[in-house]
Amino acid sequence: MNGLVFGPGELALAAALVLVNAGFSAAFSLGIHRSVLIAAARMVAQLLLVGLVLGFIFTRADHWLSIVVLAAMLVAATFEVGSRQRNKLAGFWHYGLSGIAVSGGTMLVAAFALLTVSASDDWTAPRVVIPIFGIILGSAMSASSIALNNMFEGVSSQRAAIEAQLSLGRTRAQAMAPLMQRAIYAGTLPVLNQMAGAGVITLPGIMSGQILAGANPLVAAQSQIFLMLLLCAASTASVVTAVWLAAKSLSDDRERLRLDRFRAKKS
Amino acid sequence: MQDAAIRLRARGLKFQSIGPIDLEVAAGRCLAVSGPSGAGKSLTLKMLADLVPHEGDCFVDGVAAGSMSGPGWRRLVRYVSSEPGWWAASVAQHFADANGQAENMRRLSLDASLLEAAPERLSTGERQRMAFLRAIEDRPKVLLLDEPTSALDPVSVHALEEIVREMMQAGCAVVLTSHDPEQVERLAHTVMQLESRR
Repeated sequence: MNGLVFGPGELALAAALVLVNAGFSAAFSLGIHRSVLIAAARMVAQLLLVGLVLGFIFTRADHWLSIVVLAAMLVAATFEVGSRQRNKLAGFWHYGLSGIAVSGGTMLVAAFALLTVSASDDWTAPRVVIPIFGIILGSAMSASSIALNNMFEGVSSQRAAIEAQLSLGRTRAQAMAPLMQRAIYAGTLPVLNQMAGAGVITLPGIMSGQILAGANPLVAAQSQIFLMLLLCAASTASVVTAVWLAAKSLSDDRERLRLDRFRAKKS
Repeated sequence: MQDAAIRLRARGLKFQSIGPIDLEVAAGRCLAVSGPSGAGKSLTLKMLADLVPHEGDCFVDGVAAGSMSGPGWRRLVRYVSSEPGWWAASVAQHFADANGQAENMRRLSLDASLLEAAPERLSTGERQRMAFLRAIEDRPKVLLLDEPTSALDPVSVHALEEIVREMMQAGCAVVLTSHDPEQVERLAHTVMQLESRR
């Protein structure tokens, strides 16, 4: 397989395109040249750095080093999910909840994914483990941050409706079920769209990448299918965990609504 | 007042700077909780319904709230908010038996067609009356009425008080907050004064 390789020459051409964009923006005062150039430069630096770091990790092939990298990825994803929320739970538990939701689904599904490829001898190699883990984690991260945001917003805006049901003797499960369903739906929607549009509206990233690297399209499609199904499973697991923990955190053992457990908003 | 007739009893209710509050209401009696705004009248009722965390114990007919689940307690001790929430698409869906409401709706001068309407289409006063009917539908043992007629005209006020009186005759104990001293005069057997906080 002889895939395309993008060397400095090709990259410079692509960069020239972006520079032309920026030039147009400057000439016609569109006001986007600054942000486009900064974002592009940032992206170049980030990806080159990641490429270097991954190259180093892959040549070392040290399992402990991989575990440290995976842990750092989990921490970063946890922080992303937690800090995206406009409503935050008070105390450390806000990040605890985000971490459990995002890492539970990811680790379960990633372990499953790795076991299915365990027939090949290098299935615990960093070059297999880290990309699989990363792609699953990314999907679980965006799904659970959307779901959590939806649930927190829903509970705080539907306070009167929930309290009315509780005061009539309904359980918190009954009172919160519609909000939980809505949040779970919102969280799984991106991956549902992704599956629905796969191949018809967009050629998914993994598949395009493999085809460009010279793979047979059917083989590329198979690995895309495998990953897409795993993403679906991981997103769903993370979303359900996040929403369930959120419902639990905003009520107590007497089945009261506990909006006091939100951190006071800075105004 | 004989101990056997005590329907609702609270001991040492305390939440933040409110309380400690002790109170007793006998079956068929009404206790008014009065005090300046911000004294914690609504929160006192919510503590009785176990809707907010608090110290102290509550009992219905001698049975402690802690011996049953939160929802179980609130099926006996019913808090009726002055700004009730709604969760379903139509008013009727908030009742176990919407058709059984016809008589009470007529007494409260509510048109029968309101049942099929979306809650947000009702006026504030209509919502307040429908929420009251929703709260008494399963005949709770204790009613906690938080400004129950704040949005009602005098005719509806009297009709609603009449239904409250009938509930009391059937043995219901009532705890009431009201900005209307005449309503307190008409309904309450005893008045408890809450101190202003701080």
